[in-house]
Amino acid sequence: MAEPDDQTPAISVVDLRVSYGEREILHGISFDIRKGETLVILGGSGCGKSTLLRTLVGLQRPTSGEVWIGGVNTATIGEREMDKIRLKMGMSFQQGALFGSMTVGENVALPLREHTSLEESTIEIMVRIKLGQVGLSKFQDYMPAELSGGMRKRAAVARALAMDPEILFFDEPSAGLDPIVAAGLDQLILDLKKAYSITIVVVTHELPSAWLIADRILIVDRGNIVALGDREKIRASTHPRVRQFLDRVPEPEVTEELDYLQMLTGDRERPE
Amino acid sequence: MKTAAAESLPSRVGSKTLESLAYLGSLAQLAGQSAYVTFVGPFKGRRLRPQRAIQQAMAVGVEAIPILSLISFLFGLIMALQLGHELKRFGMMQMIAEAVVVAVTRELGPLITAIVVIGRSGSAFAAEIGTKKVTEEVDALRTMAFDPVAFLVAPKFLAMLVMVPALAIWADLLGVFGGYVFGTLAAGFTLQTYFQATRDAIVLHDLYTGLIKAVLFGIVITAVGCHEGFGTGAGAEAVGRSTTSAVVTSIFLVVTVDLIFTTLFYITG
Repeated sequence: MAEPDDQTPAISVVDLRVSYGEREILHGISFDIRKGETLVILGGSGCGKSTLLRTLVGLQRPTSGEVWIGGVNTATIGEREMDKIRLKMGMSFQQGALFGSMTVGENVALPLREHTSLEESTIEIMVRIKLGQVGLSKFQDYMPAELSGGMRKRAAVARALAMDPEILFFDEPSAGLDPIVAAGLDQLILDLKKAYSITIVVVTHELPSAWLIADRILIVDRGNIVALGDREKIRASTHPRVRQFLDRVPEPEVTEELDYLQMLTGDRERPE
Repeated sequence: MKTAAAESLPSRVGSKTLESLAYLGSLAQLAGQSAYVTFVGPFKGRRLRPQRAIQQAMAVGVEAIPILSLISFLFGLIMALQLGHELKRFGMMQMIAEAVVVAVTRELGPLITAIVVIGRSGSAFAAEIGTKKVTEEVDALRTMAFDPVAFLVAPKFLAMLVMVPALAIWADLLGVFGGYVFGTLAAGFTLQTYFQATRDAIVLHDLYTGLIKAVLFGIVITAVGCHEGFGTGAGAEAVGRSTTSAVVTSIFLVVTVDLIFTTLFYITG
């Protein structure tokens, strides 16, 4: 799938399979994420894109296959070694997942306090810088519950940036936000891309935001990759599922329980 | 998925037993991991954060004092009333101080403490961790390279190990005070004679058997509360279910542990 590339990829996924219990969600997928690119993982609900993201950050163990990050196959290592790799990753969760008992500033400071031996005054400055980058410098002392949905996600981005990660993951950055706030988040991702040369991986089902921020787009459908490439390549794709997704053609209603389960896991062949 | 009817009774008993053993195993694992990060971790260069344990100790211990005082005082009084009724028939009212203090220190103090702590803190542990699970805060901890057990569970264990025995001692005192109120009002004791009778009746053994129980109750309540919290599924109702199950399971296990240790103390004298 991956195009020829002379530099080592930031993440390399080889024949990745992930199951929940007996149900296989990802059916052996392989792709590379290049250093410094913004890759958008696109797909419908239940297609396996969130599972893919959870596997990349080590929250979900693969049943088989390899996930290479920084020269280490994270599919085979323990929690401890994974933690070392996680220090170089930042993740912004769908609902922010800020710690409700701490202020926004303390949330951003937490990884610095726990993982570094920086002076408290230095941490203070870094928190202010990170919050400034997401446009929340005035909200350091607010509790997460006092912020709007969009601000909470921005604060979560600031926390993800705290340790100066090499790879930044976003889970549905615009989910549950109105179009204006969502556009603001897209702009934030673009700004980060410009400011740092970090690798950004975004999982979403929002087409407009994918077109805007992506260097390359990966389309996942029923646990398989159906397309991977830059915007032009995706736009020109003739794959029926890609076309259906891009042209927003509705699925026929699923009324049978078994069909629904098979639709999720991709065991059912689509009548084309 | 086999239906229940298709399974024979012995195989159902077998699988339930295995499930229960696995549950106890995971509780022990949680306690073991917490003990490791608390007592071994600091020697391996991992920082211990006492502030979190102190916060927990405030919530678990200090804030429980008013309600625990009231309940254990009333229980002491009730015990004295019940015993008084029987002792009067035998004309042994002077035994009331002894009967109350032994019952309270060996059994009632730790047990009432456990029940109060389950209601206040065991449920809160499950709800807190369950909510963090639902809002992806536990996942966030893991992606930030924090061990959720070290971060969320270990401070609770440390706080409970100190506070539950301390609360049990306090409950003992208030229980005895409840007995004293009955003793002076209905059994002709004065403060001095009641105190003297209590002191003569109690031996160190009574105190520490109660305290050993209290420590064990603390471990059981924390392990169950946190385990149920981590087992929370998706959605707000799941948090409610975990909380209920934490309370019910804790009460059951506390009573079981109580029985086992009371039997042991009985046999060993």
